[in-house]
Amino acid sequence: MADLDERADERPVARGKEAAEEENPFGEYGVYSRVRDGLRAYRMIAAMWIRSTMAYRASFAMTTFGNFAATSFDFLAILLMFSQVDELGGFALPEIALLYGTSAVSFGLADLMIGSMDRLGRRVRDGTLDTLLVRPVPVLAQVAADKFALRRLGRVTQGLFVLGYALATLDVVWTPAKVLMIPLMVCSGGLIFAAVFVGGAAFQFVAQDASEVQNAFTYGGATLLQYPPALFAKDLLRGVTFVLPLAFVNWVPGLYILGRPYPLDLPTWLAFAPPLVGVACCALAGVAWRAGLRSYRSTGS
Amino acid sequence: MGTGRLYAAVAAGGFRRYATYRVATAAGVFTNTVFGFILAYTYLALWHEKPHLGGYDQAQALTYVWVGQAMFAVMVLGSVGFEEELIERIRTGDIAVDLYRPVDLQLWWLAADMGRALFQLLGRGVVPMVCGALFFDLALPSGPLPWLACLVAVALGALVSFAIRYIVALWAFWLLDGAGAMQITWLTGVFFSGMLLPLNVFPGALGDLARILPWSALLQAPADVLLGEADPLGTYAFQLAWAVVLLAVGRLIQSAATRKVVVQGG
Repeated sequence: MADLDERADERPVARGKEAAEEENPFGEYGVYSRVRDGLRAYRMIAAMWIRSTMAYRASFAMTTFGNFAATSFDFLAILLMFSQVDELGGFALPEIALLYGTSAVSFGLADLMIGSMDRLGRRVRDGTLDTLLVRPVPVLAQVAADKFALRRLGRVTQGLFVLGYALATLDVVWTPAKVLMIPLMVCSGGLIFAAVFVGGAAFQFVAQDASEVQNAFTYGGATLLQYPPALFAKDLLRGVTFVLPLAFVNWVPGLYILGRPYPLDLPTWLAFAPPLVGVACCALAGVAWRAGLRSYRSTGS
Repeated sequence: MGTGRLYAAVAAGGFRRYATYRVATAAGVFTNTVFGFILAYTYLALWHEKPHLGGYDQAQALTYVWVGQAMFAVMVLGSVGFEEELIERIRTGDIAVDLYRPVDLQLWWLAADMGRALFQLLGRGVVPMVCGALFFDLALPSGPLPWLACLVAVALGALVSFAIRYIVALWAFWLLDGAGAMQITWLTGVFFSGMLLPLNVFPGALGDLARILPWSALLQAPADVLLGEADPLGTYAFQLAWAVVLLAVGRLIQSAATRKVVVQGG
């Protein structure tokens, strides 16, 4: 997950003499050093926020539990549905739990790492983004680590519980490819969601007030993926397969594990595409971020 | 007379304050509509599996989804409203200034929150509902009377919603950091208001419990009045009873809190 911040950088960083003299195969402003700078800044800012959170330990415990409970209630709603029916869209509970668990964990990881990106609009509005621009630290790293909320581990933990339940109860003949698919899905899914977060933040350079639009794609996307694709209209499926490829978070690889065809007749080998899709999404999001940052005009306040 | 005008002005201020954020409102409408679509498809699958689940037919279930999206911002079911600001004022000690003012603290915030609720109903309630009606086959009443009856239930629901959040905010006098308390209340609200799933789909005793808790006044009650599934007068009595009880509790806590108030940072 650490390489989420590969795109951390958007401007050459003004660096001191001693830094320039360090051994660096890619040169002073190379990708390598920028990534390293970004990651280091991200780590330090995140650590600072963790220390600050721990000043109110009782509140931290409550919000982490609340975060855990928030997603639990989500799954509880599915359990309530299954108290009334035996299957939903032809899927049994363990199968839906697999979709739910993989969606929740990958989204949870992206949310933990860079979930604070949705505060960007507020920073653009009130002008505090300017403070980040003058620091010799990549802006993306600063925005991503801003208000780093360790309590979001609650969501990841809850997703892991449901995923564990799914793996324990699923009636699947496990091949090495299918076993390997689980960590692969979760990590690539995290990359795809991270790209949505960054892309959404880039959009907020233009829209400023529209952080809720981002929620539709992040939280909305995570919710969508908790259910079998067969429930939804074909046009919606085409949209989340070919336009915003959320289907590659868990639907396409998940249906391969379950041995079911994807409703849009995609070739089976695409089940192994999520890592590529994830990297491509991140690259595109990085381009969008640069464009957004370049278009930024300060409020002047 | 004079105070009536004052609170009307505060309510108008609450309305205008939210009306300022037009892009945010449009973004919220978009998100509510997206979630409405996702939920509508899952409900379609659920009701396809078991028609007449919880006493709703398929069209009623879909209507419930879109009423839920319309009430989302009005009842503050997925975010925080004035309570965040009130907690901040308590934490910083600004509350001492508020207590000096010759107005009632609870009524002041109530008026502001009602203005907000009215704006959210018009700004974020109408469009998702219209979208839902365009794309799905909804069970909407044809005459104006059920709509009016529903509006009354919405107003009473908003009152209960305020009363709950006011109590939560006052916890800050003792806890100082209200984030945890807000989050737990928010979760309880989402679950027991019927936002996740209509309360009549909840099994057995859990369903009975959810029905009598105050949160059912926020979404389930107005939805059932609109769908013709509940007697309006009985529903109003239920909502009003909870509003009175919760507002009174809020008032008690308020007087206890102001007696112990320690001004931070003076």
